[in-house]
Amino acid sequence: MRNYLKYAVVLTLVAAVLALGGISCSEEPKEAYKIGAVFATTGPASNLGVPEKQTVDMMVEQINAAGGINGHPLEVVIYNTESSSEKCATLVTRLIEQDNVLAIIGPTTSGESLAIIDTVTTAKVPLVSAAASVKIVTPIADRYWVFKTPQTDKEAVIEIYRYMKGQGITKVAIITDTSGFGAGGKAILESDAAGYGITIVDNQTFSSGDTSMQSQLTHMKGTAAQAVICWATDKESAVVAQDMKTLQMTITLYCSHGIANMNFITAAGAAANGVIFPAGKLLIIDAVPASDPQKEVLTQYKADYEAKYGAGTINTFGGHAYDALSMVVLALEKIDEKLDTAAARQAVRDEIEKIKNFAGTGGVFTMSATDHLGMQPGSLGMIKIVDGKWTQLK
Amino acid sequence: MLAKLKSKWYYSAFAVLLLLLVLLPFNWFLGHYTSLMIFIGISTMVTVGLCLLMGYTGQVSLGQAAFYGMGAYISAILSKSHGFNPWLAMLIAAAATGAFAYIIGYLIFRLRGNYLAMATLGLGLILYILFRQLGQFTGGPDGMAGIPYLSIGGLIFDTPFKRYFLVWFFCLAVLFISQNIVRSRTGRALRAVHGSEAAAESIGINVAQFKVKILVLSAVYASLAGSLFVHHLRFVSPQPFDFLASVVLVTMAVVGGLASIWGAIFGAATVRILSDELLLGFGEWDIAIYGLILMVVMIFMPEGLFVKIKEIFERWRLRYRRKGAET
Amino acid sequence: MSADQFVQYLVSGVTQGSIYALVALGFTMIYAVTRVINFAQGEFVMLGGMLSFTLASSVGLPLAPALILSVLAAAAVGVLMYMLAIRTARGASVVSLIIITIGAAIFIRGIAGELWGVDPVRPPAFSGHESLSFLGAYIHPQALWIIGTTLVVTVVLHLFLTYTMVGKALKACAINPVASSLVGINPRTMGLIAFAMAAALGGIGGVVMAPLTLATYNVGVMLGLKGFVAASIGGFKSQLAAVFGGLLLGIVESLAVGLDWGPFTSAYKDAIALVVLLLILLLRAGKLAEEERTS
Repeated sequence: MRNYLKYAVVLTLVAAVLALGGISCSEEPKEAYKIGAVFATTGPASNLGVPEKQTVDMMVEQINAAGGINGHPLEVVIYNTESSSEKCATLVTRLIEQDNVLAIIGPTTSGESLAIIDTVTTAKVPLVSAAASVKIVTPIADRYWVFKTPQTDKEAVIEIYRYMKGQGITKVAIITDTSGFGAGGKAILESDAAGYGITIVDNQTFSSGDTSMQSQLTHMKGTAAQAVICWATDKESAVVAQDMKTLQMTITLYCSHGIANMNFITAAGAAANGVIFPAGKLLIIDAVPASDPQKEVLTQYKADYEAKYGAGTINTFGGHAYDALSMVVLALEKIDEKLDTAAARQAVRDEIEKIKNFAGTGGVFTMSATDHLGMQPGSLGMIKIVDGKWTQLK
Repeated sequence: MLAKLKSKWYYSAFAVLLLLLVLLPFNWFLGHYTSLMIFIGISTMVTVGLCLLMGYTGQVSLGQAAFYGMGAYISAILSKSHGFNPWLAMLIAAAATGAFAYIIGYLIFRLRGNYLAMATLGLGLILYILFRQLGQFTGGPDGMAGIPYLSIGGLIFDTPFKRYFLVWFFCLAVLFISQNIVRSRTGRALRAVHGSEAAAESIGINVAQFKVKILVLSAVYASLAGSLFVHHLRFVSPQPFDFLASVVLVTMAVVGGLASIWGAIFGAATVRILSDELLLGFGEWDIAIYGLILMVVMIFMPEGLFVKIKEIFERWRLRYRRKGAET
Repeated sequence: MSADQFVQYLVSGVTQGSIYALVALGFTMIYAVTRVINFAQGEFVMLGGMLSFTLASSVGLPLAPALILSVLAAAAVGVLMYMLAIRTARGASVVSLIIITIGAAIFIRGIAGELWGVDPVRPPAFSGHESLSFLGAYIHPQALWIIGTTLVVTVVLHLFLTYTMVGKALKACAINPVASSLVGINPRTMGLIAFAMAAALGGIGGVVMAPLTLATYNVGVMLGLKGFVAASIGGFKSQLAAVFGGLLLGIVESLAVGLDWGPFTSAYKDAIALVVLLLILLLRAGKLAEEERTS
């Protein structure tokens, strides 16, 4: 009798596992519209990823409170990539295969985005990235399923160089970090300088997490540089600003759009004053004329975000996520409710491509079959920090 | 131990697990865990090497992810940037990584204990910095995409389903080979070395040579795993090969049991499932939990979690048998 | 390189090196007394910085009590770590101990990441942010605090170890644990004191450094590694050699950026410490192996 009991137990266990497997895989009735999001809420890109996630949380609350999308509640499954491309690829596969999402927004960084283009293309899932590199949406023939919302980092560099040319600056020193963001900026700074009559007289780097850039800056002091361009995220840029002040360097510091948040000003303290950087209109809403199609969206987004997360927390990176999710929602509003997953994904993709003149926080988007960024250059302005506040430069 | 293996329990348990393994990737079963299982298989290959290294030579490797990364990058660079046949690239990667380990081995095995650990840490970090900085070859911090699929004749491993079987074929092969090594003369020599290096030397075992051989073996395993990894993701970047990655590998080895081969699957699966499934929403808690696991396991169960569980299981089985005999 | 630049490199290097020196002192203390390499040493520095921010800026305590409390709290964490992790694992192998301290390090780091978040924090500077001029170079006033504190700590530590009973007991334990237990020195108590002191040293480092370099939850990783390199330059035996090692490492890193030769850009600055480490380990391999075998 005991022997039979043993085998019965084993068989029951096997059956239970099989049953569980069967249950967890079954399709649930599709009430909610489920989309996925991957953001880097920890790791070196976290000061971009956290506002992106917070924006999405806020938007989901608002949309569902207003009754959802054509009655369907919106569910966004958000995963943290920890700023790692490998983790991002794993999580995107999970979103596609296990969570059965209709579309994916994010990731935060260019490296992560480039890592998953193959995956979403093979799986035929639309992706709206919140990252900067122009390689994300070109060559367009291989990017059928991929869109993106922020201006490219090339745009940011061009804004800086254009302004510098106007100021008569011809010699600059650049200092960049070794992450994907910094390395990407470095490449563009190097390639585009000559076109604006600018020579790079010193080219320094540092690792994310370094606590002192004094040696690199001292090296720069020995050159004829008229300005310093720093391409890194806000923490390291703040150290650069502080070190420049300690070394009593009088030339101006230009930073990337990565410092477009209050963290930089808090971390750098008095050293932040005089720093110039390119940023979207979100930071200088008051200077945007009422006739600008973006004015309403900008004001509303800033009000909602700061109401939920605190005054002064507004951040252009959160704005990229706002634009991405808004466009996906616009697409979801138009698709046929009765489609199955595969057809729905195709429909969402098609609807995103048809978006025309959507006023977002980063600019006005008009997508097309040949343009998956959809923004005109010139949506960035130059900003100078004066007395701890952002002021627009003409 | 041989007597236990012949018992019906072990055979039936093994058969059930094998059945589960074969059936898993089918969609009507647990198909959506296919990708997770592929990563577990790949991690297991690296972990087995680490278990052998740490368990039988008594030395810690805090840079094992560097071998994993070498295999990954060499495979990626040769097959993508230079158009090599991916299988040939994988072979070259394994040979190169093994050769590197051979040279390094003789140099660092002159050190012991803490100092050896720090040397492995330093080497691992240097390689990580090279992966990140040598952008013209490696694609820099953003890595390289577009790595080709593996294929045999007309069969292209382009879906997770197909790659699952490929990875687990390799993984099981590695496990069986390791099992054979441990049972053979070499294995007995290894256990002698682990017991006492002086005693082993005195009976004619070339201790230094054995340690290096095990290091090379673990490096080759890790390299193969790295190659499979890039042909699965079709993408390579430096992050999966940093210091934390090496620590995660050590965690897997520790959970599985430092001298245990089949425990490596358990260790890799536990840690991977923890990180990919259970700790997703937890932010920084996940590294706190790795730290906690490392401490708790090493303090209370230094032979490994898996081995401890086996012991507990054995005790229950004996108690059950005694009860059965009484009726 | 001009003369002014050279002096500046030295000044920056000595500032950074002083921080490494404080970390190295902690490593040396623990290793000498307990033969354990404490991978969590860098985390004590991190805790010092983070706690001083919380106490001085968020809670609003006046500066001096905030600093003292932060250092004491770091020491408390060191004691906890010793009691819960090291002492419980009595008789554990070297491999086990290494893994345990690594586990402790990432555990502390993870908790810090949750408690303080991922953003950097800046505690208030001790005497403002106006840089001072010195022999053609500029130095931030906080840097003077860092260098000064390191000097004072080194001297006090030396006096403590040489002239007080506890200090001499610690040294005895370092030289020969068996013999010292025979004369009534309890190695476990010594271990506890060593950990507490090393954690306090780390905490002091964190407290003076954070106002200048900012503090993040993961600043302990590289600091710990570089402090270890500095300690290894001194062979883990002598405090003075550890301080010397730290200063040397800081200066070498700084000058390497200044000299700027070949393809090795400043991105490889971290690699310098690692290469130095490997060179020391490989060159001293024979002697170090001897030590491991006899201890």
